[in-house]
Amino acid sequence: MVQILFAAIKTGTPLLFIALGEVICEKSGILNLGQEGMMLMGAVVGFLVSYSTGNIGLGVISAMAMGVLMSLIFAVLVLHIGANQVATGLALTIFGTGLSAFIGADFVGQIIQGFQPVAIPVLSDIPYIGRILFSHDILVYFSFCMTVTLIYIVNKTRIGLTLKAVGENPHAANAIGIKVLRVRYLAVMFGGSMAGISGAYMSLVYTPMWVEGMTAGRGWIALALVVFASWRVGRIMLGAYLFGLASIMHLVLQGFGWSISPNLLAMLPYVATVIVMVIISADHFKEKLLAPRSLGKPFNPRNMA
Amino acid sequence: MIRIQARTEPSTLMKVASPLLAIVLTLIFGSILFTAIGKDPYQALHVLLIAPLADSYNIGEMFVKMGPLLLCAVGLSLCYRANMWNIGAEGQLLAGALGGSAIALYFIDSESVFALPLTLIAGILSGMLWAALPTFLKLRYNSNLILTTIMFNYIALYLLIWAVHGPLRDPDGYGFPESAIFSDTTLLPTIFESSRIHLGVLFAVLAGVVGWFILSKTHLGFQIRVFGADEPAARYAGFSGKKLSWFVMLFAGALAGLAGVSETTGPIGQLVPNVSPGYGYSAIIVAYLGRLHPIGAILAAIFMAVLYMGGDLAQIEMGIPVAVVSMFQGVLLFFLLACDFFINNRLISTNQATN
Amino acid sequence: MKKHNLISRLELTNITKQYPGCLANDNINLTLIPGEIHALLGENGAGKSTLVKTIYGVVAPDKGDIIWDGKEVSIKSPSIARDLGIGMVFQHFSLFETMTVCQNIELCLSKTQLSKIGNLTQRITELSEEYGLNVDPNRYVHSLSIGERQRVEIMRCLVQSVKLLILDEPTSVLTPQEVAGLFNVLRTLSKEGCSILFISHKLHEVTEICHKATILRGGKVVDTCVPSEETPATIAKMMVGDLAEQDAGYSKKEGSVEVFKTSNLSLPAKHPFGTTLKNINFDLKAGEILGIAGVAGNGQDELMAIISGEDDRNVKDGLSINGMNIGHLHAGERRKLGIANVPEERLGRGAVPDMSLTENTLLTHSDGFLKNGLVQWQSIKEYTTELISKYKVKCHGEFSEAKSLSGGNLQKFIMGREIGQAPKVLICAHPTWGVDVGAALAIHQALLELRDKGAAILLISEDIDELFLLADRMAAVCDGYLSPLVKTEETNIDQIGQWMAGTFINNANQAQEVSA
Repeated sequence: MVQILFAAIKTGTPLLFIALGEVICEKSGILNLGQEGMMLMGAVVGFLVSYSTGNIGLGVISAMAMGVLMSLIFAVLVLHIGANQVATGLALTIFGTGLSAFIGADFVGQIIQGFQPVAIPVLSDIPYIGRILFSHDILVYFSFCMTVTLIYIVNKTRIGLTLKAVGENPHAANAIGIKVLRVRYLAVMFGGSMAGISGAYMSLVYTPMWVEGMTAGRGWIALALVVFASWRVGRIMLGAYLFGLASIMHLVLQGFGWSISPNLLAMLPYVATVIVMVIISADHFKEKLLAPRSLGKPFNPRNMA
Repeated sequence: MIRIQARTEPSTLMKVASPLLAIVLTLIFGSILFTAIGKDPYQALHVLLIAPLADSYNIGEMFVKMGPLLLCAVGLSLCYRANMWNIGAEGQLLAGALGGSAIALYFIDSESVFALPLTLIAGILSGMLWAALPTFLKLRYNSNLILTTIMFNYIALYLLIWAVHGPLRDPDGYGFPESAIFSDTTLLPTIFESSRIHLGVLFAVLAGVVGWFILSKTHLGFQIRVFGADEPAARYAGFSGKKLSWFVMLFAGALAGLAGVSETTGPIGQLVPNVSPGYGYSAIIVAYLGRLHPIGAILAAIFMAVLYMGGDLAQIEMGIPVAVVSMFQGVLLFFLLACDFFINNRLISTNQATN
Repeated sequence: MKKHNLISRLELTNITKQYPGCLANDNINLTLIPGEIHALLGENGAGKSTLVKTIYGVVAPDKGDIIWDGKEVSIKSPSIARDLGIGMVFQHFSLFETMTVCQNIELCLSKTQLSKIGNLTQRITELSEEYGLNVDPNRYVHSLSIGERQRVEIMRCLVQSVKLLILDEPTSVLTPQEVAGLFNVLRTLSKEGCSILFISHKLHEVTEICHKATILRGGKVVDTCVPSEETPATIAKMMVGDLAEQDAGYSKKEGSVEVFKTSNLSLPAKHPFGTTLKNINFDLKAGEILGIAGVAGNGQDELMAIISGEDDRNVKDGLSINGMNIGHLHAGERRKLGIANVPEERLGRGAVPDMSLTENTLLTHSDGFLKNGLVQWQSIKEYTTELISKYKVKCHGEFSEAKSLSGGNLQKFIMGREIGQAPKVLICAHPTWGVDVGAALAIHQALLELRDKGAAILLISEDIDELFLLADRMAAVCDGYLSPLVKTEETNIDQIGQWMAGTFINNANQAQEVSA
């Protein structure tokens, strides 16, 4: 059981990263469907840099930088050129999928030494909890810190208030002097960096190698996760670990000696995502109250006449 | 100095020119990329774009690839016109391949004339079913169509993989994850003697024409366009959003399902795990490149099919990874979205503006 | 305006702003002294909003100077304007509904302003008492009425101790009684030396409160005057130019048979920020106009949507036409029974912006234009051309896109299209909102003509004057309740104003309890 929860956290961590990025982005009113593409680029760049320099820390940083770069393509098209957010996000995913496969083609099958677990002294000695929470690698701890920091920023600071204002009513925000585009650029770029690190987690920790399309739809699941969490940062963490648990269910069931085809079990996270979305979205009234009200709608300060 | 100015009326010229401009820009981007990785850009572009049309065999193969792209893209064009963000053509295609194959395998020893039609109908119905599930969830439970259709793509893929490993595996296939090869009665006839162009390609062109007819000539098509362009107006006019949503989704599902079953009963001849090299996703680009217009989709599908062929040839002849195709598709869509900016805006020099 | 200061507070010289296809401001000059309440008058599209947005830093002028307290300034953003001491209350409020009053006000303040104030909640409470604004800093904005929201906007400006307060059509969303309250606040501010720039097109208000008025037409200053020395009629003449045809009084009629009826219509809000309809009862007779007054957001939109069927919830026997229940029918079926509809939102609801007028005709008028599901485009085209000439819609032709038409012309087109279907019942919301005088007159006459042909018309409007002009019977909505119905001749603005503020609600509730 402890082992299962430990694995759920490990599996949930890339989802946590990417969903944290996306929730900030969506809070500013921007829906970026390019998560999968940014994540794949993060994964391949993180792997390539680590592989060629031998420095996995540098790999993570490069992955984040790549994520930001990818998100900037999206940001320029959506925020400056006013392109449709859905189409641009799809383009970003298709582009990222292709480009990552293109530049990673020669590295498929290579293996590197990824991040190793670091048990936190004292805390990791707590029975059960210590094993589940405090015997991970450094990126997992980073994700803990990131979650706590974001909860604080979103709920307690003026930055959080500004973000919420821009996401709810960009026209009003513009009218009272908030620089809407700047806030949105930063939010999209933050999303990119989180997608990058999430990809790096896949290729440096989870399975320390590069395989084409290795994120297997996690970028999309993260989008569902944001809805599941009703745009609340704290709930994203819970949701990420629940999804993590769903993805390793096949291992658990096999452990119990059930003989179900692994191919059918591999559907579980996707089926779970659909079920969760149905349950969450069925309450239309509530979703309207919680979702950022300008989500996905274009805003052009030039049209303020 | 150059400045951006909003046009008072959208430019009709740019609406047509924008896809062409995007293609040119993508090719320029490609040349730079090929130079950067040390390949001869001229040769690379030649292999990608010219070679696929160099001889009649290649042209035939190009049309074989165009079929599924076009079938999916026509359906998606209607969906996107109605603002239904169906990203699920890939899953619907796989479902069609799976459902159709199950029936084809049932008729494997049969000589019945109904074998092929029933196989095709099974494929179409499977595609429709796969489109109906997310549609139902959206209309009944308000779930996000983009995400559910994506999830159903993955579910269809694993279902198909499961099927070729399990119930549909060829018992005499030495354990390979493939079905038995279909009997000739369930194979789509080819149209020309010398090429693999099969009936499915004809279906695709027909679908394009039907799609165009629906959109521009019928009241239903008008309602679809209103519903997508301006939902409050559609509700105001009393059009039933639910009916329209069901129609476009089932139409798209049927066409994607037909694409899937045409692949297995056409060029492939059996059910294999990699039925589609991402046709359902590429069809999104085709639909956009064709301006969500079924006739435009025919032209865009030809271009995309050339790119697919070129990608295969580039890998064989120059060692360029085949993923270059999907990357080009992304870039193409980026450029298209950027060029569309000039439908409603134009560049003017500031000297002129002050006059 | 007692202390005349030699230095003017604000001086605008030659402000010019060009938009694509429209010169919004053309060499505008304007001077404001401390404590002055200055009216900015003009029809829609005269350039008032552009001008005040220039002062507030939302719009950058192409040309011209702004002199503030004797110094030339460049106001590049609203935050610079606020630092100077300029505050603005927008027509469509710039408030965030999911935040508290206090958070809304905080967002407008710079860090230095915040630290100067110290405890913001306390400051808001103090100011609220001082000016009688009655604003609770801890309430969420979405729970506030429109009038309260406006006071929050004013509070936003007061917290920053403004020297110039700009109000964009502040009274259009208030009941007559609330307007009186607002004017008291403005007078207090004026006495303290705060200048006020007041945009309006309600002339009697301008003559009541303003010291000076500047009249804009077509982006130019055409006149200035001292309102107290003018009458509404003389000011109107300055606004419109040559005295355009004015609405004369129209005769009132009594409807004959009951055509349409709501019985105990109650409906919970569909959206978190919507209004719940509560036990609405009225009947609509053939050959009459029933006017419904009310401040925006009191249930008008919800009522429209449920009558037209755009809100697709089944209200069973809550609605009937000619005695037949229609609560379960969807919008298309109700249209077939003869209910036509002119919505408030012309572009984006009444007409599809990116479609031609021909296509927009087919939007609601498909009778006779279809053959086996196929559209007879040629005959629709001809019919549309007829509509355009009959209702004098100014456009390039039937191929023009709806969005290329001005508000008034699009409204004439929509009105013509709906009337052209010879409806039994016409629901019509804010038909002349934002429409120039000439178009308004044409629309009024079209409505009366339809009434005289025997149609039943439900007219929902925020403009009380318009209702008194057109309606044969009247009622008001407040918070989802409908007041009693009364003949227009037997009521007055004061009573309707009180109903708009909800004075009838307690009685209605009691009556309900008695009957229950």
